[in-house]
Amino acid sequence: MSEQHETEPAAAPAATATAPDAGTAAPGGPGGRRPLTGSLIIQAVTEGHSAVITILAVFVALMIGAVLIVASDPVVLRAWDSFSYAPATALSATWNSVAAAYSALFEGAIFSPATVSAAFHGGSIAAIFYPLSLTAFEATPLILTGLSVALCFRAGMFNIGAAGQWIGGALVATWLGYAVNLPIVLHAIVCIIGAFIGGAVIGWIVGELKARTGAHEVILTIMLNYVMYNLLSFLLTSHNLMQAPGQTNAIAPNIAGNAMLPHVGGPPPQVGVGFLIALAAAAATAWLLSRSTLGFEFRAVGASPSAARSAGINVERVWVLAFLIAGGLAGLSAGTIVQGQTAPLTFNSYGTYGFDGITVALLGRARPLGVVLAALLFGALNAGGTVMEAATGVPFDVVDVIKGLIVLFVAAPPLIRLLFRLRRGGGAGPQAVTSQGWSG
Amino acid sequence: MTALVGTVRAPVTISRRYLAAGTFIGLGLINIFVFGFFAHRGDAVFALSLPGATPHVPPIRTPGAVTAYVAGAISIGLGVLRAVADLPRWGKRLSIAVVLLCFLVALLSWADAGNSVGSLEVVDLLQGTVTASIPLVLGALAGLLGERAGVINIAIEGQLLTGAFTAAAVASVTGGVWYGLLGGSLAGGLLGALLAIFAIMFLADQIIVGVVLNVIALGLTDYLNNRVMGPYASTFNTGNTFGTFKIPVLGNIPIIGPVFFDSNVFLYITYALILVIQIGLFSTRWGLRVRAVGEHPTAADTVGIRVLWTRYRNVILGGLVAGIGGAYLTVGNVGFFTPDISSGFGYIALAAMIFGRWTPLGSVAAALLFGFSFQLQTELSVLRVPVSSFILLMAPYVATIIAVAGLVGRVRPPAADGKPYVKA
Repeated sequence: MSEQHETEPAAAPAATATAPDAGTAAPGGPGGRRPLTGSLIIQAVTEGHSAVITILAVFVALMIGAVLIVASDPVVLRAWDSFSYAPATALSATWNSVAAAYSALFEGAIFSPATVSAAFHGGSIAAIFYPLSLTAFEATPLILTGLSVALCFRAGMFNIGAAGQWIGGALVATWLGYAVNLPIVLHAIVCIIGAFIGGAVIGWIVGELKARTGAHEVILTIMLNYVMYNLLSFLLTSHNLMQAPGQTNAIAPNIAGNAMLPHVGGPPPQVGVGFLIALAAAAATAWLLSRSTLGFEFRAVGASPSAARSAGINVERVWVLAFLIAGGLAGLSAGTIVQGQTAPLTFNSYGTYGFDGITVALLGRARPLGVVLAALLFGALNAGGTVMEAATGVPFDVVDVIKGLIVLFVAAPPLIRLLFRLRRGGGAGPQAVTSQGWSG
Repeated sequence: MTALVGTVRAPVTISRRYLAAGTFIGLGLINIFVFGFFAHRGDAVFALSLPGATPHVPPIRTPGAVTAYVAGAISIGLGVLRAVADLPRWGKRLSIAVVLLCFLVALLSWADAGNSVGSLEVVDLLQGTVTASIPLVLGALAGLLGERAGVINIAIEGQLLTGAFTAAAVASVTGGVWYGLLGGSLAGGLLGALLAIFAIMFLADQIIVGVVLNVIALGLTDYLNNRVMGPYASTFNTGNTFGTFKIPVLGNIPIIGPVFFDSNVFLYITYALILVIQIGLFSTRWGLRVRAVGEHPTAADTVGIRVLWTRYRNVILGGLVAGIGGAYLTVGNVGFFTPDISSGFGYIALAAMIFGRWTPLGSVAAALLFGFSFQLQTELSVLRVPVSSFILLMAPYVATIIAVAGLVGRVRPPAADGKPYVKA
């Protein structure tokens, strides 16, 4: 899935400044002479290559997050009250507070040095990888909803409806999980396919209505979200439908053990088959977009529906298929949750997967590889944020703000260039995406 | 490219005429076979004035099932008429209105026919509709102010939320609800300014910035609520609200008075804003310039309109308007701020704006439809209609999908909507 060699349709305005682009635009390399790798890297840094921009954006977001952490720490605030006669105390209290919070975040998301020394003293080696597995676990549903939104972006449409499609997948996977008896492996496969189909049906409704009647997908997806929220609650509160026997709460029965996705080592949350499914889906989406005829049609319609129509592409068919596949991906996301966790489906299981998918897709610039990386970053922040809240009392909301700020700064490369005095690179610079207004 | 988009329109695969006719007939069949067949024996009672109101209007009594049959017959008749005759534009609109009204009357007759709990409080229903749609109307106006100038504003949700938060905090600290209203509006304006700076100065993708501002607004208000507003609620969240103000003569008219002229100041501000923005956009020099910037910024620039300045001004104005909508949620309604108090109203306002084809009056109509559905659900659960409340809650959204797909169809946004303008 070589993103960089993807051939954009002629009218595509989304020019990502990938490494080769920066190379060709380099003032140091006229006459076809290839610049050295080292100078390429320096040039990438000084001109604000998109990867550099992303790293700097994360840095700025963490800095602003630090302000929130400090502002929520009474010890630090009291130390600042006496800043005039004990400035060192105030500064060290500030540093301690931020350092404690961010090291907890890091230890919860990547790795904790304590586990390494514990492993030397007879502890478990698997414990070293526990934080990373949590990150992967948190990233799994986000990769899939992110792909769902990204695919629609590439076809020139805005999918706010990943939440509703998620519920569609969750309902089918759950029902197949408890109502059907199948042997191991087969049951899990049937359920995950069911999740895809459940989501795809909801996505298909949007695409079909848009294609047949011209209704706007933003309205349709928002409305379908609310329909699905209420449908979920309705099914889970009706005795004779999907409510667990003997329950008064909105909760579904547990799915059969055979239908669970196996975990690679240890109890959940651990890296499970769900994560592998998400990666496979990303690879498949990348192949679809960059290597298949259908994907070319998606991108052509995304670049300009009228030009695509003139070129003989059936635009309506593209709308329907794009939403169908996008819905399926969001449904898969639900499958990994429903079949990957021990908790049964409840009225608010959909959480924020759908809306987080939008931010993930935007951060990943609607490219499958980018979506995976963005979802891993968000997964790490989620995993670390929980640990940070438990260890230092810094509210999880700080992590949500940081996530938002990262995407905001990534979307505005000129701001980052301004902040860090970077030169403007050749060409238009990393244009962030994707959306072409409403006209689709 | 712009010219191309204008000329090569998507050929809609089903003729709009037959689609509308089919929808009319479908709704008529529902009136007859669902509401008519399943209505209990007895009369449906529509109470036309609140209990104890001075000019008392007698309630209307109709036999439930028969009313539903008649409503269904009218809808089917109009559907057939729509299919065979090419109605003029006003005729099409009138027929849509009549069919929707028939559907509602049939639904309400079914709900209240032979109901022992009580009669249907029409005034209460309409009053609730109007107040529930205030934040939606203001949000939609905020959205279209930006979009008419070519800047997509998805941050309506965030503007409502920060407006609500700031209004509650300012009103609690200062003890003055007017300060709260002002603070809420300014907070919305601040978010609008952020959107404008990122979208116009830094050329960031407008949809990204909007979505992200919503995320940040939610995170920040949750954070501040956890850390400050919750622990020190006696200072920051005392729940001040505006009192109602009845407009002297108009407020005494039966039915219309209590619905439209007996509310708090937010409703009157909303009237004023609808009027000002509708007239401003379509009958003034300012509006012509705004629309020029939103449709064809290069042309606007050529004749000397300051494109970027117009966009800044409109997006910030929109933020101020949405901030008022947010303030309504706290100081105009419940008083207290609670996390995520806007609960998706911003997105519904966005849908209302698109549904209303980027016009103030259209958006108001769409927002009223949503408001009506919210309130109807409340009224029906009071009447203990034997349907799960979740199905009732689902109904307005299904109705919107039917309306958007069956009656409205393709809408055309301002041509330069969402596209940053860079001077060549």
